[in-house]
Amino acid sequence: MIECTINGETVRLDADPDMPLLWALRDLAGLTGTKFGCGIGLCGACTVHVGGRATRSCITPLKDVAGADITTIEGLDADGAHPLQQAWRDLQVPQCGYCQSGQIMQAAALLKDMPNPSDEDIDAVMTGNLCRCMTYPRIRGAIRDAAAAMKEASAHG
Amino acid sequence: MDEQRLSADDRTDTPRLSRRSFLVSMCAAGAVFGFPRAGLAAMNPAAADGQPLEAVGDRFEPTLWYWIDSQGRVNVNVIRAEMGQHVGTAIARILADELGARWQDVHIDHVDSDPKWGTMVTGGSWSVWQSWPVYRRAGAAGRTALAEKAAALWGVSADAVTVADGQVSAGDRSIGFGELVQKGLDRQFSQDELKALPLKSHDELTLLGRNLKALDIDTKTNGQAIYGIDAQVEGMVHAVPILPPTRYDCAITNIDDSAAKDIKGYQQTLELEDPSGTAPGWAMVIADNHWAALKASRQIKVSYNTGDATEVGEAEIQAENRRLVDDTGTGAIMDTGDNGDVDATFADAADTFQADYTTQTVLHFQLEPVNALVFRNDDGLWEVHTGNQWQSLCLPWLQKALGVKEDQVVMRTYMLGGGFGRRLNGDYAIPAALASKALGGKPVKMILTRADDSHFDSVRPPTLSRLRMAFDADNKVVGMDSAVASGWPTKVMIPGFMPKGTNGEPYDPFSSDGIDHWYGVGAQRARAISNELAEHTFRPGWLRSVSPGWINFAVESFMDEAARYIGADPVQFRLDHFKAEGRNAGQAPNSVGGARRQAAVLKRVAELSGHGRDDLPADSAVGIATTYGQSRSMPTWVGGAVHLSVDRESGRVEVHKIWLVVDCGTVVDPDGARAQVEGSALWGLSMALYEGTEFKNGRVVDSNLDSYGPLRMIDAPEIEIELVESTEVPVGLGEPGTTVVAPAIANGIQAAVGARLRHLPITPAAVREALQSGSA
Repeated sequence: MIECTINGETVRLDADPDMPLLWALRDLAGLTGTKFGCGIGLCGACTVHVGGRATRSCITPLKDVAGADITTIEGLDADGAHPLQQAWRDLQVPQCGYCQSGQIMQAAALLKDMPNPSDEDIDAVMTGNLCRCMTYPRIRGAIRDAAAAMKEASAHG
Repeated sequence: MDEQRLSADDRTDTPRLSRRSFLVSMCAAGAVFGFPRAGLAAMNPAAADGQPLEAVGDRFEPTLWYWIDSQGRVNVNVIRAEMGQHVGTAIARILADELGARWQDVHIDHVDSDPKWGTMVTGGSWSVWQSWPVYRRAGAAGRTALAEKAAALWGVSADAVTVADGQVSAGDRSIGFGELVQKGLDRQFSQDELKALPLKSHDELTLLGRNLKALDIDTKTNGQAIYGIDAQVEGMVHAVPILPPTRYDCAITNIDDSAAKDIKGYQQTLELEDPSGTAPGWAMVIADNHWAALKASRQIKVSYNTGDATEVGEAEIQAENRRLVDDTGTGAIMDTGDNGDVDATFADAADTFQADYTTQTVLHFQLEPVNALVFRNDDGLWEVHTGNQWQSLCLPWLQKALGVKEDQVVMRTYMLGGGFGRRLNGDYAIPAALASKALGGKPVKMILTRADDSHFDSVRPPTLSRLRMAFDADNKVVGMDSAVASGWPTKVMIPGFMPKGTNGEPYDPFSSDGIDHWYGVGAQRARAISNELAEHTFRPGWLRSVSPGWINFAVESFMDEAARYIGADPVQFRLDHFKAEGRNAGQAPNSVGGARRQAAVLKRVAELSGHGRDDLPADSAVGIATTYGQSRSMPTWVGGAVHLSVDRESGRVEVHKIWLVVDCGTVVDPDGARAQVEGSALWGLSMALYEGTEFKNGRVVDSNLDSYGPLRMIDAPEIEIELVESTEVPVGLGEPGTTVVAPAIANGIQAAVGARLRHLPITPAAVREALQSGSA
């Protein structure tokens, strides 16, 4: 039995400790917003936060997240109104959308670490997330917009 | 909404289905289940649960394509798959604009397969082009019916009634769509009446060309969008296949699952029997959850009798392409007009120029690996839950595989985690159906691993294009002879789709579009040849931009080379041969203007990009190319330019900026149009420099991102797009942007460092080699 916190709720999972977190989220917890792309941690579609760090859930076994605090796209913001999600909508970033949960989770971790990322920072971090529709120009733009909005909000907060 | 779901629950005993479940409780036993969908359903991409809108009160259906309910809500039925084009929004906008609806009232349904919809296919960049006349007439029908009803109500002439922004008005009287529907509206239109309805003029259309938020965006930012991989049904088992060594000719001789028996959740391994011949030699591992099936699949040993395909590699396929092109008696001759005897012209020519261009195998690598959930419901109907681009192609295969009749299979609709042509070929649904059949109709949810997705992919096959040009004594172009060879997806999957050439031989338009270009070149021959060795080794596929993606690499590289060969400026040389006359004058409605419009986009992109400027640093240049998109019957005129630099030491090509000037006729959705052009151009860049694999022993050697490397953000350059203002027929945008990039890069490399690269992808090693061998 592995206990951890997912999107603020404590859960106990009676599952194979080798089961990747991705499949536990999708098949056991019913949180299908996190996607399977490559299975080897190289596309980023499965990105979630474990202890606040962007983590590739497809190569993270359940036993490694015992006691950890996990956030998925469903839990990033209760109303889906994280500044990144807002910027993603404003710029109409998604095309097929399949990679975008992972992109947004990766970008959220990026902005936590670097509230004012340069374009080079954005490229360096986000290049680990494949977008097959090639929405890269808009992802870049949305991260810049979200960073500006968050800065604005904290200045007036 | 809850009431509707409950009533649906009461009506049926079919497996309880949930496309979206939320965190209610957590247990290892299985997923969290929601409510079943009502009867024949659809997919509403704007709703968190995907449930289509239900009409409130009366509903008026002027045509098959939509209804209006008593609340004035307009619900548009979309038969096209949503895979990133926001196609439902574009189509609904066309209808709403003609109807005079208020945009906030408009909703969309991506419908499930049903014969009443006619052919269901999403490809060829056809969706907007084909929907435009149909949905405009449908909108006009509703507008007419609403106006007539209001006129009768008010005792005025229907001509005095206007319909705009969801209101029907005459003088100072006004009524909403919903109120009119409540008063009873059942006007129907015959096909003849529909055709006779007057349509709005361009300047009366108010939604067209405006930036509206696409209806599928929100759920794609919060994890709620529902893809095929997210489909669930109560009691389903999970399946992971074990694929044979090659696509065809392999038969299982033994399955040893002794090492998997102890894996918790493992159930059994099925040897699939496939009457449709789609997926021979497959074993299917069945388990309680996906992970258990995957883990077990790694422990199970399957033995096979294999066939000849295990001996075939990329080199053999290319050698066969070359043999076929060398043999002038092979292939279909496309109709390029009656403009002289090609052989005599070449025999009499003062000079000729010839070059061969090749492209390597390319994977679709759509990010959502192929998958399907299949079961037989309590009504005996087989339900296939998967994202798909060509239901009408797949349904007969499913019937054959399952041994059932036409009305016994339905394909449910989901968002596609990338299409790019991969899901035109619905072969992946067959093994899931066979597994369910073997289990007596039990729900089977199959997901391929990424590596297996690649091995089972219907790739862009290895291709060869040979182009020859004849010049007279004044270096005037007098003839052109082109031949292209590759595996033909259309021949393998839907041969009836192939037109016949002038020599009576059929040809695959998606493996030959591009050679029948709009340049006036005198005596012209275009020959298309199918490579049967490729077709027997694997199943060739339609991949974003299809043959215009690789044939234009050849044609547009060749035009540059030919210009240089006779000492002409590459842009001027092209312009000199765009003469809008004869068969290149264009035809109403789709290709009005012909070569004149292609010349215009070329000229404009040359200006924008500063092509030919001499102030760039050493080893950098702007390369240029132009295409007509996907086909002569639906040309999208594209001019493309690429600013790049070449590092002579490493051979690395860096692309700094891409310019695209696109004339797609009327722009329905400006933001969506730009998104499609951006994405398709970067696909072109990805296939030009980064993507390519090889067949070895009958299968691709690269199957995952450890060795297959599509474009990443760090290599995505700035893109500048200009859409030509036009009121001509709207044509496709999903692929044309792809077609200009590779040749523009090849031409830019020659302009920068003098090396000519005639093979895709253009790798640093190939650039170094070209520089060293002095192809410069």
